[in-house]
Amino acid sequence: MRYLPTSDPIRQRMLADVGLTSIDELFSHIPEYCRLQRPLNIPKGQAEADIIRFFRAAAAENAPGFTSFVGAGAYHHFRPTHLDTLISRGEWFTAYTPYQPEISQGTLQSIFEFQTMICQLTGQEVANAGMYDGSTALHEACMMAARVTGRSGMVVARSIHPQYREVLRTLTRYRDFPTAEIGFGADGRIDVDALRAAVNASTAAVAVQSPNFFGNLEDWEQAAEIAHSAGALLIAVITDPVSLGLLPPPEAADIVAMELQGFGIPVGFGGPYAGIIASREKFVRSLPGRLVGEARDSQGRRGFVLTLSTREQHIRREKATSNICTNQALCALMASIFMATYGKQGLRELAEHNLAKAAYAASAFAASGAEVLFPSPRFHEFVVRPKRPLAASKSALRKAKLIAGLPLQGYYPELGESVLVCVTETISREDIDRLVAAL
Amino acid sequence: MTSPTPRASRHIVQNEDLLFEVSSPGKRGYQLPALDVPAVTLAGARREIPDFPEVSELEVIRHFTRLSTWNYGVDTGIYPLGSCTMKYNARVNEAVTRLEGLGDGHPLQPEELSQGALRIMQLLSEYLLEITGMDAITLQPAAGAQGELTGILLVRAALTARGDARKKVLIPDSAHGTNPATAAIAGYTVENLKSNPDGTVDMASLDRQMTRDVAALMLTNPNTLGIFEEDIHRIADLVHERGGMLYMDGANMNALVGRSRPGDFGVDVMHLNLHKTFSTPHGGGGPGSGPVAVKKSLEPYLPIPVLRVKRGKPVLDYRRPKSIGRVRAFYGNFGMFTRALAYIMANGSDGLKQTTEDAVLNANYIRRKLQDVFALPYPTPSMHEVVFSDSIQAAQGVHTGDIAKRLIDYGFHPYTVSFPLVVRGAMMIEPTESANQAEMDEFIAALRAIAEESKNTPELVTGAPHTTKISRLDEVAAARNPILRWRPNKSDAAQS
Repeated sequence: MRYLPTSDPIRQRMLADVGLTSIDELFSHIPEYCRLQRPLNIPKGQAEADIIRFFRAAAAENAPGFTSFVGAGAYHHFRPTHLDTLISRGEWFTAYTPYQPEISQGTLQSIFEFQTMICQLTGQEVANAGMYDGSTALHEACMMAARVTGRSGMVVARSIHPQYREVLRTLTRYRDFPTAEIGFGADGRIDVDALRAAVNASTAAVAVQSPNFFGNLEDWEQAAEIAHSAGALLIAVITDPVSLGLLPPPEAADIVAMELQGFGIPVGFGGPYAGIIASREKFVRSLPGRLVGEARDSQGRRGFVLTLSTREQHIRREKATSNICTNQALCALMASIFMATYGKQGLRELAEHNLAKAAYAASAFAASGAEVLFPSPRFHEFVVRPKRPLAASKSALRKAKLIAGLPLQGYYPELGESVLVCVTETISREDIDRLVAAL
Repeated sequence: MTSPTPRASRHIVQNEDLLFEVSSPGKRGYQLPALDVPAVTLAGARREIPDFPEVSELEVIRHFTRLSTWNYGVDTGIYPLGSCTMKYNARVNEAVTRLEGLGDGHPLQPEELSQGALRIMQLLSEYLLEITGMDAITLQPAAGAQGELTGILLVRAALTARGDARKKVLIPDSAHGTNPATAAIAGYTVENLKSNPDGTVDMASLDRQMTRDVAALMLTNPNTLGIFEEDIHRIADLVHERGGMLYMDGANMNALVGRSRPGDFGVDVMHLNLHKTFSTPHGGGGPGSGPVAVKKSLEPYLPIPVLRVKRGKPVLDYRRPKSIGRVRAFYGNFGMFTRALAYIMANGSDGLKQTTEDAVLNANYIRRKLQDVFALPYPTPSMHEVVFSDSIQAAQGVHTGDIAKRLIDYGFHPYTVSFPLVVRGAMMIEPTESANQAEMDEFIAALRAIAEESKNTPELVTGAPHTTKISRLDEVAAARNPILRWRPNKSDAAQS
């Protein structure tokens, strides 16, 4: 009980001050049948050293030391050391939502900077302070499009991350949002003719991901033109923000739903991450999530506050734009520090390295006789059909401590024994060569 | 103790411009390893990112360190923000989360290479089920509000399978705003349930409103007034008799762990906030984590994948035909599972119970020491938090928000202001088990001094805070003409 800043003598004194003689009296108003009459069946408190030993053993069963070529919405990018140094300051990670701006200016200013950098990066005019992650951000973006357009139809590319689409399906399953999914062509990109045919006067939004789930680049302008011609909005989905160091920003989109994990947030077995929604200024009152704005105090000094909160659940309750009550602030802070560290030049260079590594890997696979699918421009992921099924290479891969990529059959049966391979800047040429040899 | 020493004093508080104002062309804070493959050019690459920062590594460190010093955290002192359970965040939880294999484990790596992560999830699930007395659990929801949504979707799926999804969700007027917002997203209309003079559910109203149209009652227990719903069994029976389900918002589980289990008092489905009860850090506003625990009848509907044990090994089960589907990509906020599990292991059954007892004792101590100067709208026994109202001070023109701001001058983070909505001018204080007696005494003395000031020098309170880096900000002007991002040459633009 080392976390409790008290002792039995102090407890006794406090009880006496409250006018009681035993702790049980504090719980005596709880009806008897609601009281647990036995200790919890959980081991007694353990020492810190024991806890570390337990987790080390667990970590050892979780592929430490493996080189992983799995991306698919969670990307291994190098995390500068000072990132954890900074976010581990108690003033950052033990604070809460900045409800009291006078003693929360650190959090508030950092969010204002975050919103600004997201706007600069995406070419959008406003960005919120953060959402849970990319998958739930897509759902929030769709709901926002429905509010803005007064329509309910969703047209969603099948080349959007399959789990994002599953989340959208779950969260809308009891409301009326008819959703059409649009397939992809032989080049891995959205089937433009099918998209054009699916969009109509009831379409609220067209959602497209680029780089898409297969790593191929989509054409934002074309997708926007198709959406706008029917009066619908374009939602741009981005699963790795590092891509924006090099790729054209989705300026043509009306709403951007982006996962930020690639910006210094640990891959960490799937979370916590942070998503964002960015959009046009004219839609700001339909945005979900927190927003920080600039304000002045009585002496004219600049400060920052949570603003436009009349959109949010604690004020609007059932009429709120969303039920979300968090902005994943610490993850957003990691992204801010990452963006500040790489900066204007670094983000581009980082993206160029990712591009080059994946291009090298794709040509190495092609040269080895494997089939590289979807020959259109890509970023740091591509789909490859190995010479033999992945299962046949399993022991060679384990021995080489390699994780080859994500088998796609479960998500896209038509792609058969193919694998989605991701190559970031953290992967060396030697590791790429080893992977190609092992498959 | 008549004139307390304020906890706050003056120290260096540095000014720090925005990152974009610190930035200067050509500076860099990074270096990439030499590229070991041929460089590639991309046709149609973007132009440079306009006005994106360019700073050195040291400037990054100083910038974010200076900003941090303008914050207040649990590490700084007592953080009695009611309903948020601002407890100590142990460092070992951070360390184990970052271990190689866990911190960099990929959620889609092969299951046989993820046994450690799955075992952590399995053990946490077991402990949370023991703590809540429920039958099955999903760790997937990303936060409390998403847990609520998941829970209500489960209810809807089960009722739909029974043939009638029903139309409404009943929510007491003292509930968190997320409850009604959630019910609306699940396609339900929200009906308000009034509290009785004790601050608990009014049984007559419930009897009248709990019709065959009602899918669920969403109840927080202890409720947001810090009061245990003593009629909980009658409430549960009534809801069940009429074919509805009882949803419990577990935001206030810090009052119950080791002492009382929702599964034993009729709850069908509930969420936990790992960032409240189980000490995962609040992080300035997230990330949270909101596992949802259910009774057997709702288990078939849990989000996929469901974690099971098969031949002694944890496995992910995707073949769940009745599942509502995924609510989030991957498995939820895994980094919060490691932290919560480390917290439970450190405390153990004995420590968890002691924690609950200290949290409740602390709230009652504060209540006892302040109830003669602040109005207590509900004299019903308090659990882990106490809600006063500003009604005595309001007569002098001093309101709960003013008292909160003045507390900052004394060196404390304020309590929760103006919530729950059922109390006019609410002052919601939750010291948690992490407040020690000495600091609570200082906090109590500060509030008593502010009560005096409210009588004698009310302008001192209404003008607070006086000692902070900035004073009260004009939030109305900020919302009327929102400036939500920095832009270059703003002053030139303003003049033109």
